[in-house]
Amino acid sequence: MNKETLMREIMALDFALNDLKLYLNTHPDDEKSIELFNKIATKGKELFDTYQSMYGPLIAEMYTGSEHTWDWIECPWPWNKKEV
Amino acid sequence: MWLYEKKLQYPINIKNPDPRMARLIITAYGGADGELGAAVRYLSQRFSMPNDTTKAIANDIGSEELGHLEMVGTICHQLLDGADCQMLKEAGYDSAYVEHGLGVYPQDANGVPFTAAYLQSKGDAITDLTEDLAAEQKAKKMYEYLIDLTDDPDVKEPLRFLRAREIVHFQRFGEAMEIVKRLQSNRKYLIL
Repeated sequence: MNKETLMREIMALDFALNDLKLYLNTHPDDEKSIELFNKIATKGKELFDTYQSMYGPLIAEMYTGSEHTWDWIECPWPWNKKEV
Repeated sequence: MWLYEKKLQYPINIKNPDPRMARLIITAYGGADGELGAAVRYLSQRFSMPNDTTKAIANDIGSEELGHLEMVGTICHQLLDGADCQMLKEAGYDSAYVEHGLGVYPQDANGVPFTAAYLQSKGDAITDLTEDLAAEQKAKKMYEYLIDLTDDPDVKEPLRFLRAREIVHFQRFGEAMEIVKRLQSNRKYLIL
């Protein structure tokens, strides 16, 4: 998966998790949704780790890949306009 | 505590500068029904929510609003990025330019700066949740009005996403309200 596709996939999974989290706060006994949450969270963590190892940090505190230079400032900020 | 994640909640990629829309959409950043007010409202109200469920609802929706604040700031920034002085003048953005350059400043569409007077934290869950339900409805209308005023799909799409989130939040606050009412009627029953 290239960088952009992987990022889109992570965004989609994180959105699903966020929405399920809000839902589960008021439906804490919905086992089917908990199961779905756990499944997506597992997949999300996998893609998150893949992204960080291939393309650099998404969360500075959860990244151990910097060696001689600080990778956090190397990757673009999300509000940057895409280069045409 | 929060962890910052270097990504948006929903993709934004605006190709054409449009200072006129930037000036309008800034109200979703720092206007009366904007995301800054929403985030501060829920994140302040959470401290006096009556149980761990309603604390979770205020905390988690408030946190999501911070992500929306970032999205709206991104939309305004990208709408201004690449605009020249001629475009600013034609869009009526010149007065905003004098005050803030191309910076993103929390204000409404008329340039009125953000104020905490846009929100309450009343220390009472029924009162606060009633405000929250109204706030989500007002924000939904705000996004609908903004969507009416642009033809650019790059701008419309993230606005539609934000509008849809208001509906979900309204639903969750409604459920929180039911939970609080149950809690209060149980308490009354015990006292009797």
